[in-house]
Amino acid sequence: MFREVMRKLWQDKFARISLIVLGVIYFALFFADFLAPYTKDFSDRTMAYVPPSKIFIIDENYHLSRPYTYNYVRDFDSENLKIIYNLDRSQKHYIKLFGKGLPYKFLGIIPMKRHLITTDEDGRLFLLGADINGRDVFSRILFGGRISMTIGFLALFVLFPIGLLYGGISGYFGGVVDVVMMRFAEAVMSIPSFYLLIILASILPSGMTSAQRFMLIVIILALIGWAGFARVVRGMVLSVKNQEFVQAARSIGASRLRIIVKHILPQTTSFVIVAMTLSVPSYILSESGLSFLGLGIQQPDASWGNMLKEAQEYTNIIYRPWLLTPGFLIFIAVLAFNVIGDTIRDVLDPKSRGV
Amino acid sequence: MQILKYILKRILQSIPLLIIVSLISFFIIRLSPVDPLAELRLNPSVSQETLQKETERLGLDKPIIVQYGKWAKSFIKGDLGITSNGEKVSTKLKERIPNTLLLTSIVILLTWLTGVPLGIAAALNWKMPFDRILTVLTSIGMAIPSFFFAVLLLIFAVKTGWFPIGGLTSSDFLEKSLFGQVLDITHHLVLPVTVLYTLSLAGLQRQMRANMLDVLDSDYVKFARAKGLSEFEIIYKHALRNAVNPMITLLGFEFAGLLSGAALTEYVFQYPGLGRLILEAVMRSDINLVMASLMMGAIMLILGNLIADILLIITDPRIRRSNV
Repeated sequence: MFREVMRKLWQDKFARISLIVLGVIYFALFFADFLAPYTKDFSDRTMAYVPPSKIFIIDENYHLSRPYTYNYVRDFDSENLKIIYNLDRSQKHYIKLFGKGLPYKFLGIIPMKRHLITTDEDGRLFLLGADINGRDVFSRILFGGRISMTIGFLALFVLFPIGLLYGGISGYFGGVVDVVMMRFAEAVMSIPSFYLLIILASILPSGMTSAQRFMLIVIILALIGWAGFARVVRGMVLSVKNQEFVQAARSIGASRLRIIVKHILPQTTSFVIVAMTLSVPSYILSESGLSFLGLGIQQPDASWGNMLKEAQEYTNIIYRPWLLTPGFLIFIAVLAFNVIGDTIRDVLDPKSRGV
Repeated sequence: MQILKYILKRILQSIPLLIIVSLISFFIIRLSPVDPLAELRLNPSVSQETLQKETERLGLDKPIIVQYGKWAKSFIKGDLGITSNGEKVSTKLKERIPNTLLLTSIVILLTWLTGVPLGIAAALNWKMPFDRILTVLTSIGMAIPSFFFAVLLLIFAVKTGWFPIGGLTSSDFLEKSLFGQVLDITHHLVLPVTVLYTLSLAGLQRQMRANMLDVLDSDYVKFARAKGLSEFEIIYKHALRNAVNPMITLLGFEFAGLLSGAALTEYVFQYPGLGRLILEAVMRSDINLVMASLMMGAIMLILGNLIADILLIITDPRIRRSNV
């Protein structure tokens, strides 16, 4: 089944592009330490809000040159009353491949200093400009992506076992158990999910480490989606629970839990795969929305959502459009996941016709 | 008569649901380590007497079950307590809920008016360029984060000056004529409606397309064709009615999705709706307000589903016979 799905994905033009795009994104995130010119927390306060570095390959005498960049200096334009950034043309900063920069641990273990592209120590290579604290937006996008692009998957791995078991038990046992369990699930579904999400996020105590906060956000995201999923699983369990293979298992004395987990739930596999791939994007969107509001991942940690927090002040963003880049990345990632999810669904569930 | 009986039954069914919702919300909020009266205590304009009254009303010195009982009693009486600014929660809600309903109902109306025809058109042109282009467009619509889209539109509004930036009314709203007021509100609604419309159109169009494809494949449509009916009659008399019915069930879900999507959109556009109210309440840990708006959100959702069910009974005679 897996090979069949992969083959179909590769045959479909859009799905293939999506796979490649996601592959590139995850590759970049995995090697973020090496690919990013700076570390996540590097900040140069004199460089607040500088625009993306301009890279020159033709020097002032119109000769071809090694690529170099100039630093920005902040100036105040007293006529128009606004801050402007000028290039400091007195000092060239050459761009180096595999140059030495800030130390980091490659893959979290091997201490290293080399980065893919750097410039000399006084130079600042901000490929996508800097944020309010003078931190490199490009580097932070890479590190923030690690959070934004994994949190959805982690939430799914918490949510699906819960939903499967809940729906399985409810459907198999039936009767009062079923009524009570389903009423509870329906009640959870009756609270608008985003309302529930922000309330759960807001009661998280402050003063947690970023790892703890990350885990709790994963759990909160999982708490939102399980009910709807459990209901569908219950429906599927109801339709198979009286079939012969279940009766056979019962007659040889298998325990009820064993029947549910080993015999009934495997029947839902293709639905589960389809539902999972189709719900990854919605969790990426939920996390980014939550962080955008300041209730999710907190500074100084980066996520694509909280990097967009500065975009809340539109007067600010008009002059600094490079701060919007994470939004486009969320869009691209979600689009790619949707296309792949659609294709997988068409393969595993040909009757669904694109819903 | 029978329909009325069914409606009554459905309303009675939603009461236990609401009780469970209130229990869940109440425990989540009370489990938080926040002092529910902290803001009130800090507010100098709130008298000691009011504080005492609130403590008693919430039963804060008693165990949590008693607290819930007290809360439920005053909720049924319609007393929702006061916000941390000392205003009445009920006034605040009365101000905000109509705005959210206005926004969501316009969006639902627009998505239905365009999504259903587009779904039919896509199904009739199945796998042809028109259908493919629509599929690509809806994929894009589904992938834009609502808040990001809202920010982009705000930038657009600032740059062009064509649309007001946020809010629901201009500052000189009260001086305008009735027509001017309607025009003013419409002008303010354009951008938030655009965001939510893009968000929900995709799902509706795809569902309609799939239903229509299913129906066009069914035996009775083949029979109608064999009988020699015109294509127009087949599609609009036989296929459409059956394809639309499952969509009505979706109406409830759509409403739920819109309430959630509206929260972020309202926040970015500074739109005075329920979603932004709950966000502000959450950020100030204004417990009374959070609890009340959660309940209102749930009631609106349950009502939305109820309306969808009733509509379904009216349009689908099969359900009328089997269910009532």
